[in-house]
Amino acid sequence: MNKNLLYSVTALFDTPDGIIHAAEAVRNAGYKRYDVHTPYPVHGMDDAMELKDSKLGFITLGAGLLGGAGVFAFISWVFLAAYPNVIGGKPYFSWPAFVPVTFEITVLSAVLLTIGSLIVFFFKFPNNSHPLHDTPYMKNVSSDKFGISIQANDPKFDEAAVTALLSSLHPLTVAPVFYDEEELRHTWTTFDPKFLALLVGVALFVSGSTYLHLNKLLYLPPFDWMSNQNKFKPQTPTAQYDDTRMMRSAPDGTVARGFIPYPFKGMPDSAGKYLVNPLQPTSEALALGKTKFLTYCSPCHGNFARGDSRLRGQFPNPPTLHSDKVRNWPDGNIFHVITEGQNIMPSYASQVSREERWAIVHYVRALQRAFNAKESDTQ
Amino acid sequence: MSTSAIDYTIDHPAVAGTPSAASIDEVIAAPIDSKPSKGWWIGLAITGSMLGVGILSISWLFYKGTGVWGVNQPVGWGFDIVNFVFWVGIGHAGTLISAILFLLRQKWRTGIARFAEAMTIFAVMCALIFPLIHTGRPWLAAVYLFPYPNQHGLWVNFTSPLLWDVFAVSTYFTVSFVFWYIGLIPDFAMLRDRATTKFKKIAYSIFSLGWRHSNRHWQHYEKAYLILAGFSTPLVLSVHTIVSFDFAVSVIPGWHTTIFPPYFVAGAVFSGFAMVQNVLIVTRKYFNLEHIITINHLENMNKVIVLTGSIVGYAYAMEFFIAWYSGNPLEQFVFLNRALGPYAWAYWTMVTCNVVFPQLFWIKKVRTNIIGMFIIGVFVNVGMWFERFVIVVTSLSRDFLPSSWGHYVPTAVDFGVFIGSIGLFFTLVLLFVRVLPVVSMSEIKAVLPGAQPSRH
Repeated sequence: MNKNLLYSVTALFDTPDGIIHAAEAVRNAGYKRYDVHTPYPVHGMDDAMELKDSKLGFITLGAGLLGGAGVFAFISWVFLAAYPNVIGGKPYFSWPAFVPVTFEITVLSAVLLTIGSLIVFFFKFPNNSHPLHDTPYMKNVSSDKFGISIQANDPKFDEAAVTALLSSLHPLTVAPVFYDEEELRHTWTTFDPKFLALLVGVALFVSGSTYLHLNKLLYLPPFDWMSNQNKFKPQTPTAQYDDTRMMRSAPDGTVARGFIPYPFKGMPDSAGKYLVNPLQPTSEALALGKTKFLTYCSPCHGNFARGDSRLRGQFPNPPTLHSDKVRNWPDGNIFHVITEGQNIMPSYASQVSREERWAIVHYVRALQRAFNAKESDTQ
Repeated sequence: MSTSAIDYTIDHPAVAGTPSAASIDEVIAAPIDSKPSKGWWIGLAITGSMLGVGILSISWLFYKGTGVWGVNQPVGWGFDIVNFVFWVGIGHAGTLISAILFLLRQKWRTGIARFAEAMTIFAVMCALIFPLIHTGRPWLAAVYLFPYPNQHGLWVNFTSPLLWDVFAVSTYFTVSFVFWYIGLIPDFAMLRDRATTKFKKIAYSIFSLGWRHSNRHWQHYEKAYLILAGFSTPLVLSVHTIVSFDFAVSVIPGWHTTIFPPYFVAGAVFSGFAMVQNVLIVTRKYFNLEHIITINHLENMNKVIVLTGSIVGYAYAMEFFIAWYSGNPLEQFVFLNRALGPYAWAYWTMVTCNVVFPQLFWIKKVRTNIIGMFIIGVFVNVGMWFERFVIVVTSLSRDFLPSSWGHYVPTAVDFGVFIGSIGLFFTLVLLFVRVLPVVSMSEIKAVLPGAQPSRH
């Protein structure tokens, strides 16, 4: 490191009057790139340096308006479009209740953006490699002295003339400040190994702690007390009962509420003989039958009960329901097959209620009629 | 007619005597440059133990669930909300001193502003513990508190006072922190330039962001400070207003009143000033800052305390008057119950501490006596804690239906968490006085005699 490039010529003063006088003199001499450094803001210095008013307020105004309008629009969208919900009997657009959050976000966005742009754009911070840092000059203005610094890149700069001007203002000291170009130009690059190591470290920490939190911690006591409660679950095996099942079946002869036992178990003929469809073939019953048929029957029997579903060929072929056998069955037989199952067809009694089964019977009859229409049906 | 001997045009100097700027650096940086004394370690041991009690209590709470608290029907809000409102209230003094007194050009604020702002931040941190832990599983609480796009397509209820509270307190914390940090930047730069060890030098360089005391920066800096003060003023008023909405927007007798927002804000400033005054009395003695935090500053604070204390006393009286005047038997019962019911001891503690003792500050001898003002400050804080307890518990324990009345008794865990929050607060205060300048050096230097040019 050899500090050989001149950054500026500086002068230190003892009193606020001295520095104001010096700033005015430097300004009147026509210098533009100079700065005054004081341990606290000195009144009247802005006028002495002829600085224009700070534009910071415009950023605050813009940020506040943007944040406030944005959050108000967002809340309105939530209440009017995204998830309209009546709360406390109020209208969806109950804007007075939006005011508190709008106000807070207005303040928050205005303050954060003001300070953010103050530091980044107005101050160009963080910058700890400025030539003035670590100089006796900076240590003095940090404490109790007042300094002025005329930069070498000023168009009018001439070291001898500047030194003479500053010396004529009765300063404590006049001193040049040098910098090392290489040092000043040093910047952190994206592929700096240290930076990459930091990134890897942060990534490992974040992913590791997230993994621990979501996959381990939440499944440890006491955090799993909601999911692991002190009780048996239906599918858990147990030594407590002979059949090793925790889920108990009902005692024999138990009849569930609203359940009518089926009296024709294993007796299809009796079912055909004694059962009568209790539903009228109304359009509602047919619509219900169609829905349930398409849900439960069509996967095997096909959408039109022709036994032509996609399962054909991959399975023992499901029969068509348009065969003479089925067409000539009484309603009770069809009901019986749905209820009890037949061959490899299982019982549908648990999925399809009695009424729905009878509605399916109506619908099957309608399909049969449609595929075997008589001349009279067209009239 | 004899003319008064008091000349109201006299502006007390912001500091006593005529210290030089360099001596200010020395005296304020002394606690940072020197090794901590025995007394500091003892203090830290006490506050650290209290913090430990709090950590144990909170661990037990997380292990067992919120059933370990004394809250139950009908008193579903107990120590958690009492302590939350108490700590948020303490925080209000800092912003009032740093923002409102700044806008009012009160020079005496410079000596105490930094400390008060720090206390604001610590108090809000203590306050934030309670709404977080009352969810039982706080790491899942973000789901209820913050609006984020989620797979349910649901959003938080932006019209709920409890949600307003989340936004108000978190905004308040963020803005207070930014305000505090911006004020610290020039002091960090000054500490950087007098740092003797490499570690301090690097740390203060990072925090100072490279501040150069440039007047081209000071110009924007002063503007930013003014803007921050301008925003913090309505913000600080809004925070306790919104906290009071937690109660006032409900229909519980004793809560459902329009006086709550100003009453809460006055109470917050009242308790906050008492706390700042107490801590400053110890600090100025301990670190020999009597010429910077002068007796005049403390007297001014006591004047604010007696003003806000009188407002609070007026509010207590007005609540009773409105209860009678409204003709609403439920309201009337609630207030009679406060004064004469099972929690009458808490009510009269509150009235004694908040209304009676602070009135002694009308006497100049009392408000300029260190011991006297310290004791009254402690009373005010006790009283203001009881105020929140009275408001929360008496209204909930006996509301509309006598068959559903109950009695709230806090458990050991409730007290443990409260003690822990006190421990956290004072631990942070103790750490603060050792690592950061307790008085804003750049602001104090600017108000020293002869610090500004004679022509201006």
